[in-house]
Amino acid sequence: MSVVDRPITAPVHSEVDSYPEHHFLNHSKGFLSWALTLDHKRIGLMYLVGVMSSFALGGAFALMIRIHLWNFKDGWLSNQTYNQVFTLHGAIMVFLFIIPSVPAALGNFLLPVMLGTKDVAFPRLNLSSFYLWVTGLILFLTALSVTGLDTGWTFYTPYSIETQQGGAVLAATFGVFVLGFSSIFTGLNFIVTINTMRPPGMTWFRMPLFLWAIYATSIIQVLATPVLGITVLLLSAERLLGIGIFDPKLNGDPVTFQHFFWFYSHPAVYIMILPAMGIISELMSVHCHKGIFGYRMIAYSSIAIALFGFLVWGHHMFTSGMADVTTIVFSALTFTVSIPSAIKVFNWLGTMYQGTVSLNTPMLYALAFIFLFTIGGLTGLPLGALSTDMHFHDTYFVVAHFHYVMMGGTLVAFLGGVFHWWPKMTGRMFNDKLGIVSAIIVFVGFNLTFLPQFVLGSRGMPRRYATYLPEFQPLHQLSTIGSITLGSGLLLALIVLLMSLVNGKKAPRNPWGGATLEWMCSSPPPHDNFSSAPTVGDPYDFSNIEYDGRVGGYVKRT
Amino acid sequence: MSFFLADKVAPYAWFPEGASSFAPQVDFLFTVILWICIVFFVPIVIAMGYFMWVYRERPGYRGSPEALHNTAIEITWTVVPTIVVVWVFWEGAMGYLDMARIPKGTVDVNVTAKKWQWAFKYENGGEHEVIPVENSSVTELPLLVLPVDRDIKIIMRSDDVLHSFYIPAFRAKRDVVPGRYNYMWFHTTKEGLYDLFCTEYCGDNHSQMNAKVKVVSQEEYKKALEKAIQEPEDPLERGKLLYKRQGCSTCHNAGAEGASGPGPSYNGSWGKPVQLESGSEVAFDENYIRESILNPQAKARKGYGKASPMNSYAGKLKDDQIDALITFIKSLENANSATKK
Repeated sequence: MSVVDRPITAPVHSEVDSYPEHHFLNHSKGFLSWALTLDHKRIGLMYLVGVMSSFALGGAFALMIRIHLWNFKDGWLSNQTYNQVFTLHGAIMVFLFIIPSVPAALGNFLLPVMLGTKDVAFPRLNLSSFYLWVTGLILFLTALSVTGLDTGWTFYTPYSIETQQGGAVLAATFGVFVLGFSSIFTGLNFIVTINTMRPPGMTWFRMPLFLWAIYATSIIQVLATPVLGITVLLLSAERLLGIGIFDPKLNGDPVTFQHFFWFYSHPAVYIMILPAMGIISELMSVHCHKGIFGYRMIAYSSIAIALFGFLVWGHHMFTSGMADVTTIVFSALTFTVSIPSAIKVFNWLGTMYQGTVSLNTPMLYALAFIFLFTIGGLTGLPLGALSTDMHFHDTYFVVAHFHYVMMGGTLVAFLGGVFHWWPKMTGRMFNDKLGIVSAIIVFVGFNLTFLPQFVLGSRGMPRRYATYLPEFQPLHQLSTIGSITLGSGLLLALIVLLMSLVNGKKAPRNPWGGATLEWMCSSPPPHDNFSSAPTVGDPYDFSNIEYDGRVGGYVKRT
Repeated sequence: MSFFLADKVAPYAWFPEGASSFAPQVDFLFTVILWICIVFFVPIVIAMGYFMWVYRERPGYRGSPEALHNTAIEITWTVVPTIVVVWVFWEGAMGYLDMARIPKGTVDVNVTAKKWQWAFKYENGGEHEVIPVENSSVTELPLLVLPVDRDIKIIMRSDDVLHSFYIPAFRAKRDVVPGRYNYMWFHTTKEGLYDLFCTEYCGDNHSQMNAKVKVVSQEEYKKALEKAIQEPEDPLERGKLLYKRQGCSTCHNAGAEGASGPGPSYNGSWGKPVQLESGSEVAFDENYIRESILNPQAKARKGYGKASPMNSYAGKLKDDQIDALITFIKSLENANSATKK
């Protein structure tokens, strides 16, 4: 909560800002009222619980990895177990946490409210995509744990073909395919909703930037995910019919699998980061109480990233022996993505200029994001440049780089978003001081974990190594200490959130001073969000939003 | 092309010592990129910190929400990074073309990768030797000997899955792809002993699939080549050498040497009955060893899984080499089976 004493201005606003008696959480009761709900807010909350549990599981595996690597040999896991653990860590984090985190959990909850509608365009499709996600999760986790799959999350052939027992890879990729379908349904739903259900006054360029980001993400989800289905089909054809596609023993080419895999998985990287950028755009403007700097550039850059993101998959294969021309073209295309990403960072900084910066928990996570994402983006340069990539490819430099983008970027933005919209989702305020402490611990722990890994990679430490050379040990130990710090910061963040449910103050309608529609309805929102479609103007016009001490939040002067 | 930054900074920077002609080029580009990163990152963080302080929310202060757009600034921060990345791309691509264009008159080495051993074959048909290593998760590693100040071409082939050939000191890396030959080259510039890693994940002992590269003078290289074609006359000594050189030691324990898995130990096996996965039993004799070398999947041993990861050695070992290996295994008849699976 904002702790600043502002001069109290009498609210001209007539509505009394109090905790609503009826809202979507108590609208109906019982297990089935949740399990069969068509309410996008409840589906969003169920996703939130699901992705956070997946994150906790993936995080536990991450700590197992870091503890194992404390010593350069004879760690507490066998090589085989270590390989299974890093596979589980990567696969769970990518497919069960990062991809659905922002779009499915926060997106589901917020998109209709931000549009001032009662629900998404296809509520039943929305519920079915949640159940597809649950089915995919069960299939995937069963395949991984029963067979002890140890291929890494990339399932590269022919290793994955040779190592599989009872079709483990087929089962796992099928699980990913089902998860992908959930993703396609969500994307399709969001595209239709945004195209057809915007309220009066909301032109494309009056849309909150979070919606622009979700829209760009949805396009990728709908266009890229089917390739995963094709890959599963080809894998099954190879295994069941003996047609040589990926397996060199049948005259297939393993590099073809890499093309297929990354044709989906690279755009998937932008499924992960784009919504996070959308969150940051919201957080920066609301907590600076100032309109976003360069709105159009941010909106266009989201679309540009989504389009360019389809053309750069080859940079995962620079050392695979592709034709030299192909390699050089992919390098050139890779650099095109860096420009729109850089523009966004500059625009977020521009937003702070002459603003009124509230240094609360969501804002600190947003600032941490800018710091970490900038490092993540800049360290992409030596990986996109071909001659330096020959040295860095498949080393810890790459590991550190993508953790800065995926974790320092997406996860930190996700946390910022969860804190930012927590009062809206639950109707409770969290302890802001403890939240700030969690943000600082996460920030310090994160850098302590992953900065040493850049040095390790530069010195030649390969990734996915259960044992390593003794000279790398001090840096590995530093990284392990960092990971434990990071883990405790995240645990504290969770405790802060859960504590708010027990003894949090009741949240006002608009605790931070946002100007988008979700702050116009009660916290938590009523079952139908809005009784009638509201008319909207500029989503970043903060000029007549004032703090009112009597309601403990902001009100709109009319 | 030498640039003062690369010369002055690289030795103190993060990189390991460079020992190929690619190293100065890669280190130069990386050093420049590092400075570019610093030039972008430091002002961003300073601006962020400054704005956090100057525009912080406090009583009596209200920011002005006017600055929302500035075409000149927005064009500047689009165009400047674009110029920078075009240059970085160009330098990287030119450096890559040097690495990709293999010159004539190279010293060729044939490299075969398999789970989990590198095998090197020199131009005269000679094979690598194995050297002991200390303070490591393995006791010995294959050694690749190369002459200094020559262009070396590496011709790579995989027996099973994807591997990747990486020598950090040479700043050179290339995947080893089954079903095709991949090539790479480099020019050695400095004598010394360097690490070689497998950098494409390949299973259980991926992290132990390392080797050492020794760059020596031209004369020493000639001597090493002569030594590489020799195999001892004595069958037992020859069997011992083949056990290491052919990579048996990466999975099978023998005496006090070799990995303790995933393959069964040779110790105390000779002449004893072997339980098979199918439930039947065979004698551990010459025929069983020969069959297991040429067709490892034929008689799967109980407790070692249905699908053995071992590749067939048919066509790779001559009959008298197999005889030598049999002699070696026979000599371990009474050795203690101390291996864990």
